[in-house]
Amino acid sequence: METFVFDGTLEGLLTAVFYCYQKKSGRVKIVSSAHFYPDVFQQHFEVVSEDDKARRVWAGLKTKLDKQWMLNFYKSFLSEQPPAFQHLVDFARYIIDNEPGAESNYGNPDVLAISQLSQKVHREKHRMEAFIRFQKTSDGIFYAHIEPDFNVLPLLIPHFKNRYADQKWIIYDLKRKYGLFYDLEKVDEIVFDFSEEMSPGLNALPAQLLDEKEELYTILWKDYFRNVNIPARRNMKLHIRHVPKRYWKYLSEKQSDAI
Amino acid sequence: MYERIREKLGILADAAKYDVSCSSSGSNRKNENRGLGDAEGTGICHTYTEDGRCVSLLKILLTNHCIFDCAFCVSRRSNDIKRAAFTVEEVVELTINFYRRNYIEGLFLSSGIFKNADYTMERLVRIVKKLRTEERFNGYIHLKTIPGASEELLKEAGMYADRMSINLEMPTETGLKILAPEKSHEEVKKPLGYIQQSITQFSDEKALIKSVPKFVPAGQSTQIVIGATPDTDKEIMHTANAFYKNFSLKRVYYSGYIPISNDSRLPVIGSQPPLIRENRLYQADWLMRFYGFNVQEIVNDAHPNLDVDVDPKLSWALRHLEHFPVDVNTADYRMILRVPGIGVSSALKIVQARKFGRLYKDHLKKIGISFNKARHFIRFADSPVQLNDFEAGHIKGIILSESHSKYQKNPYNQLSLF
Repeated sequence: METFVFDGTLEGLLTAVFYCYQKKSGRVKIVSSAHFYPDVFQQHFEVVSEDDKARRVWAGLKTKLDKQWMLNFYKSFLSEQPPAFQHLVDFARYIIDNEPGAESNYGNPDVLAISQLSQKVHREKHRMEAFIRFQKTSDGIFYAHIEPDFNVLPLLIPHFKNRYADQKWIIYDLKRKYGLFYDLEKVDEIVFDFSEEMSPGLNALPAQLLDEKEELYTILWKDYFRNVNIPARRNMKLHIRHVPKRYWKYLSEKQSDAI
Repeated sequence: MYERIREKLGILADAAKYDVSCSSSGSNRKNENRGLGDAEGTGICHTYTEDGRCVSLLKILLTNHCIFDCAFCVSRRSNDIKRAAFTVEEVVELTINFYRRNYIEGLFLSSGIFKNADYTMERLVRIVKKLRTEERFNGYIHLKTIPGASEELLKEAGMYADRMSINLEMPTETGLKILAPEKSHEEVKKPLGYIQQSITQFSDEKALIKSVPKFVPAGQSTQIVIGATPDTDKEIMHTANAFYKNFSLKRVYYSGYIPISNDSRLPVIGSQPPLIRENRLYQADWLMRFYGFNVQEIVNDAHPNLDVDVDPKLSWALRHLEHFPVDVNTADYRMILRVPGIGVSSALKIVQARKFGRLYKDHLKKIGISFNKARHFIRFADSPVQLNDFEAGHIKGIILSESHSKYQKNPYNQLSLF
């Protein structure tokens, strides 16, 4: 079996699909350069990303798949998981080689994998929509940082842009070191260096950067969270299932009261 | 100032928490004015309490002063508790500031009745009107209807709220009369009927004229407290069913009673809320709304209470083995939905996937059905040869021994009251 190495981008992956057809390859093994360890005994093909080849594959998929499935494809890609790349290439080829409608064959392992992976990514996107906690800075920007398992930032844009149309906001992914900034008009990707006083290790911004009323609202929110609990119904197992511990560090209501 | 607002929020959030509705979905209020918020599409649970309930709205009372004396309510007149009241501005400011920080999806506003129904309702309306018109807020607003409020005020409220609700409180009129002599189901039906009629009227007009404003776009709901009165599950489900049918409610909520007062008419303080029963009622409610079950099939004279040890779908299947096994490769969707262990999305996947070829055990497992439960009720391409006839008690035994019920550790200790 041939091994294709690509650059880890969506363009690269789609270009790889293009070459499968151009080279009339059988089943290929796809690996991103970040996960690839050259093997002296094994030949491999280096895929160079090309926009027009990628676009042709994307357009080809679009003739067979509806919007929802195209989005599922993209979401699965954002999972950044090595097995996902293999499923995506195999899925794309399966769709291209078959009559329209093949995507509802849940008996096919790639169809099932894409539907399940995209579901996972979707779930985390949804959790970020829920668990992001903005803090208002002294210059009026609402700021939050996150470290999601999957690269969901691009999926968050429409939601936050629609919702917070009249306030400036920043959502920063500490793990992938980039963020989104909405300036009341459009959303841009941003990158910044964290200075000493804004160390990414902190769960919250330091007090001197915040709006003077920010502390009050954090306290009121914690008060609220405590007061709506019904001790007679306590069920920590359920609580943790809904709010997995790995997210607690973003959640102001789960921080200790040491403000 | 700081401390006073904290105290008020504490008192008025604490008093509102027994209302179990937390939904923030089903509306269609888009952010079209470049203002704040968007209530289109699915709701979001922003966090969960330690008891596992969703927190999606700022759920507060405007005040816990109340002229009524309902035995099951913390805010009842005769209860010796601290009283507080928010100003209109305070509620607006809290809502906006919580929303801007992404803590909540919107506001759930209820109130004790002070002075009279209209006086109270008028204040609730002032808050929602200010939020919508002055603050250009498009988030979700659930407004509690005050029993006895005038039709004009209800209509005005409906222009700003996404959902309105009024609680039935007890499943039966007789139960309600014992605990809240000043209330009646008739009084709940009046505003439910009026708002439903207005919803229909507005949507008819909307079909003709595009500019017709939204009126309670997420519909109406109600809540029934269970376990405070000796009603059977049959009475509860039939009441719910009648209200779904007659008032097109979006949801009926079931709230297991948590004793909050020393009243001889009610379970004593400290007794466990009937959590399993509550769970079973929600499952049964789901069967009626999404699985095509008729209420009579779930609870009836021969079977007036839901089983505690198994869910209502499994319970129905065990009582009706004549319909099983269902062949997943040929049966219609309606029947596949009735198989214990197969949910709506798996049933849809099965019906789609089998167009491509017969489904085997492996396919079914991967699609995500609860195979260990379902296998007793289905046939598939590689089903083992069936040697014995089905026997309900035997199947139930196997399923129970394989399952890890979340309730096994706390035994069913709901008190018998009467």
